[in-house]
Amino acid sequence: MPNEKKDNIFSKFKKLPIDSIPKTILVAITLCLFCSMIVSLAAVKLKPIQLSNQIRDKQINILQVAGLYFEGMNVEESFTSFEPMIVDIDKGLFTDKFNPKDFDDLKAASDPLLSVDLKDDPASIGRRSNYATVYLLKNKDGTIDKIILPIYGYGLWSTLYGFVALEEDGNEIFGLQFYQHAETPGLGGEVDNPKWKAQWKGKKLRNKDGDLMIQVAKTPGPKEHHIDAIAGATLTSNGVNNLVRFWLGESGFKKFLTNFKNGAT
Amino acid sequence: MSQTRKKLLVDPLVDNNPITLQVLGICSALAVTSSLKVSFVMSLAVIAVIAFSSLFISMLRNYIPNSIRIIVQMTIIASLVIVVDQLLKAYAYEISKTLSVFVGLIITNCIVMGRAEAFAMKNTPIDSFVDGIGNGLGYGLLLMCVGVVRELFGAGSLFGIVILNPVSDGGWYVPNGLLLLPPSAFFIIGFLIWGLRIWKKSQVEDPEFKIQTVEDY
Repeated sequence: MPNEKKDNIFSKFKKLPIDSIPKTILVAITLCLFCSMIVSLAAVKLKPIQLSNQIRDKQINILQVAGLYFEGMNVEESFTSFEPMIVDIDKGLFTDKFNPKDFDDLKAASDPLLSVDLKDDPASIGRRSNYATVYLLKNKDGTIDKIILPIYGYGLWSTLYGFVALEEDGNEIFGLQFYQHAETPGLGGEVDNPKWKAQWKGKKLRNKDGDLMIQVAKTPGPKEHHIDAIAGATLTSNGVNNLVRFWLGESGFKKFLTNFKNGAT
Repeated sequence: MSQTRKKLLVDPLVDNNPITLQVLGICSALAVTSSLKVSFVMSLAVIAVIAFSSLFISMLRNYIPNSIRIIVQMTIIASLVIVVDQLLKAYAYEISKTLSVFVGLIITNCIVMGRAEAFAMKNTPIDSFVDGIGNGLGYGLLLMCVGVVRELFGAGSLFGIVILNPVSDGGWYVPNGLLLLPPSAFFIIGFLIWGLRIWKKSQVEDPEFKIQTVEDY
């Protein structure tokens, strides 16, 4: 008996027009379940490849800023000459609280326990992580060749993420490179222009009195601290100026660089 | 291939181009055409999404309730776009970085919705698939035309290969910065539509009204 009743409901349902409410709901639910399954399957299955792409991309960028990258090189092998270290920005010291392999600077910047809310925020980043991953490029004899610091801040349309490579004195710039931004191609996007980037090489961050002098500006300044702004991209240039000065200044890596120079890290 | 299918595939290229005649999908045509490489990948992504969304929607067309058909179409299109986006991130990471949000914005491309609603809901799956590819190609063709003008005169290169050596690299060519900004695509698409309608007179729309002049009296 109960079976027959069930069949009745089922066949009744089958006879309903497609536009009836029960069938509409059935179609909606089936479709949603099916589509969400496809989407999550794609996301989960492809995640490992995407992650390794991201890591590789970051490594390539670090190699590029250190001037070591060439087409077709073995990225992973060359990257072993870099030693990632976590820096406590407020204290200006290395810390072993976190494992540099799985520490995520940007995640830390949104964690209230690991970051500070910036009152003076020229780079428009909102919160700054107290810890940052820096990369030390070592010579074969173990001495340090270059220091690579992560920097980021707002330009015109987007946050620019990049690295700045410093010589072992912590004052002379070796190179600067952004690995992620969405500035206008051809205008603000010229931050990727090799000619423009080449300007950074050899510039000094601070003068003899220790004042932060580096600037990106249209008006000429002292030659060893001055980077020409990009023509037609005033706001992006201002953004780069602000973010570089923020990260290398008082609230950024200044303490760390001073300690590093004095061998106190 | 039968005559009608061929027509479905070839018609949207010039005679019934989704951008120049139907004036759909303008927004993404403005956004991605500043470099040819990006336009090319975007075209491929859009072709794939239109073709498969038309195919799936057409397969389901007899089961889709009329009252929720737009949402059903959107769900299918959105799922496909997310899958394409994930695939690009996994296998073409460099390009997915330059395309950034635009892949996600294929969902809002009116051509995809337009073909689903106007064609796939009423025709067989294979016809819809062919129609989708045709319209995607029509979109891609126009994107490439606009891309050639914008990249060549805006940055002095094609596919990233320098053709006109720009001043910023020590050459002689002063790039036209306007061409790299989205509004320039409006002018270029406008000129293309103009040119196309001179060539194909049948595309010219009848005037909706006629301005009366004194001479008429």
